[in-house]
Amino acid sequence: MLIKGKSWKFGRDIDTDAIIPARYLNTSDPAELAAHVMEDADKDFYKKLSHGDLIVAEENFGCGSSREHAPIAIKAAGLSAVLAKSYARIFYRNAFNIGLPIFESSEAVDGIKEGDVVEIDADTGIIKNHATGAEFKAKPIPPFMQELINSGGLIEWTRKKLKIA
Amino acid sequence: MPMTITEKILAAHAGKEAVSPGELINSELDLILANDITAPIAIKEFMKIGAKSVFNKNKVALVPDHFVPQKDIKAAEQCKLLREFSTDQELSLYFEVGRMGVEHALLPEQGLVLPGDVIIGADSHTCTYGALGAFSTGVGSTDVASAMATGYLWFKVPESMKFIYHGKLNKWVGGKDLILHTIGDIGVDGALYCAMEFEGEVIRALPMHGRLTMCNMAIEAGGKSGIVVPDDITKEYVTKRAKREFRFYTSDKDAKYAAVKEYDCSKIEPTVACPHLPSNTKPAKELTNISIDQVVVGSCTNGRLEDLREAASVIKGRKVNPNIRMIVIPATQEIYKNAMKEGLLEIFIDSEAVVSTPTCGPCLGGYMGILAKGERAIATTNRNFVGRMGHTESEVYLSNPAVAAASAVLGRIGLPEELGIPNK
Repeated sequence: MLIKGKSWKFGRDIDTDAIIPARYLNTSDPAELAAHVMEDADKDFYKKLSHGDLIVAEENFGCGSSREHAPIAIKAAGLSAVLAKSYARIFYRNAFNIGLPIFESSEAVDGIKEGDVVEIDADTGIIKNHATGAEFKAKPIPPFMQELINSGGLIEWTRKKLKIA
Repeated sequence: MPMTITEKILAAHAGKEAVSPGELINSELDLILANDITAPIAIKEFMKIGAKSVFNKNKVALVPDHFVPQKDIKAAEQCKLLREFSTDQELSLYFEVGRMGVEHALLPEQGLVLPGDVIIGADSHTCTYGALGAFSTGVGSTDVASAMATGYLWFKVPESMKFIYHGKLNKWVGGKDLILHTIGDIGVDGALYCAMEFEGEVIRALPMHGRLTMCNMAIEAGGKSGIVVPDDITKEYVTKRAKREFRFYTSDKDAKYAAVKEYDCSKIEPTVACPHLPSNTKPAKELTNISIDQVVVGSCTNGRLEDLREAASVIKGRKVNPNIRMIVIPATQEIYKNAMKEGLLEIFIDSEAVVSTPTCGPCLGGYMGILAKGERAIATTNRNFVGRMGHTESEVYLSNPAVAAASAVLGRIGLPEELGIPNK
């Protein structure tokens, strides 16, 4: 799978309250959540972004609450992926479980400026910055997470395990 | 092979002799938890799996606590989903308003989480139950959906970090100050993916409510779990509550730790986390120029009876500063009732604080005490991110209950000793 889009840069410790504030958690409707994505980090973010854009962030992206609404809001807003130096662990699990592509590479984050068009080959983990021509490699996805992706996510994986056709 | 308590519990639940950090396991689960925010997605995903029923109707706990009593129509719709699912699935652990409490105060109190358990919850503060000597961690809703169908969940065995607390606690210093001090030291990702094991003579003497507070905030250092090796204090706490068997595990002497941190508690003072990260800590005495608009005593971190006692002991016979509001939220119905019997509620009401029914409410900016633009709160809660309790231009300072109560009287951040309360 090839991912390509404009990058939006964020700092370190972007918490799930910034990604989707709790005041909107009285719903789990993806479209409603999407309209408030990253609102407390950048008030007009949803209005500014274009379909396929990427979030590029520093360390510990998605820290804080376990709300799956966070990766859901990012995905439903049409963002194609998150690239960060590191992730908080619950966000990391959740992203895989709901099928939001996420990648880890400190060099790539440092080598990408806001607005740069970035292309990621999800299969090889090769990250290309079209603005500079620089190429980076994302940290490999652990084999079990790859198995989850190949099964079509945790729900499909569970169906197979329970032998539900 | 020498193992930590966390490794032993996970090995036992994965049907293995031994496990080591980094190893991927499929673990049996003793309890699965979700709340009114996370369960709706879990239920929807569970339906997609197509399983007829949950793996065990006595091991799935649904606790509506974040936005209940139902704060608006949308919240009510979410709660209704939980109630209907619980009825359909004949869940024995559904807690309606009137029986509910803040989940991480409720489950230990009711003896539903026990030493040696593996517990998951679709709430990041599920790590609280490590205080009982269990492996307990927060996950997302889809993980809960899969777990409800199978009774199992995959984990990467975490590395363990050891935190040793030496010496004797200063007056007004408790579990909250120890964990804030620790997070201040290692940062909000200082224990990323790790099990935080708390020990030392201070922990061995620390009452259960203080241990629950410490393990509760392991997530604020990025931890996968927090844990305390069970002892007589644990035994005393669980024996009267447990309705099933439990098992005490310990760490082997030569078990491996990714890091060991040691603290001299004589140097730890009442500690406050400043906006906008729990790691942004300072001694409370350095913040006495910070004016406040609101005080919150409550939450899964510090809404237990002992926390209310601590706050009441400071505010008794005094008044909340006329410029501010104080909101006290007993975390469960049982705590509420006991606080009433002990006269704590009367102390709060006489001091012109309000007492709320159990709810997570303001901790996550839900309702029941939201901050306006430019307002500032000191709270016994666990997070002070931008906009956590309301407007993005509001601020939250985190503290223990005594500092929160003293601040309510002073109208600014302050210490009990400033009210003439002796420090001995």
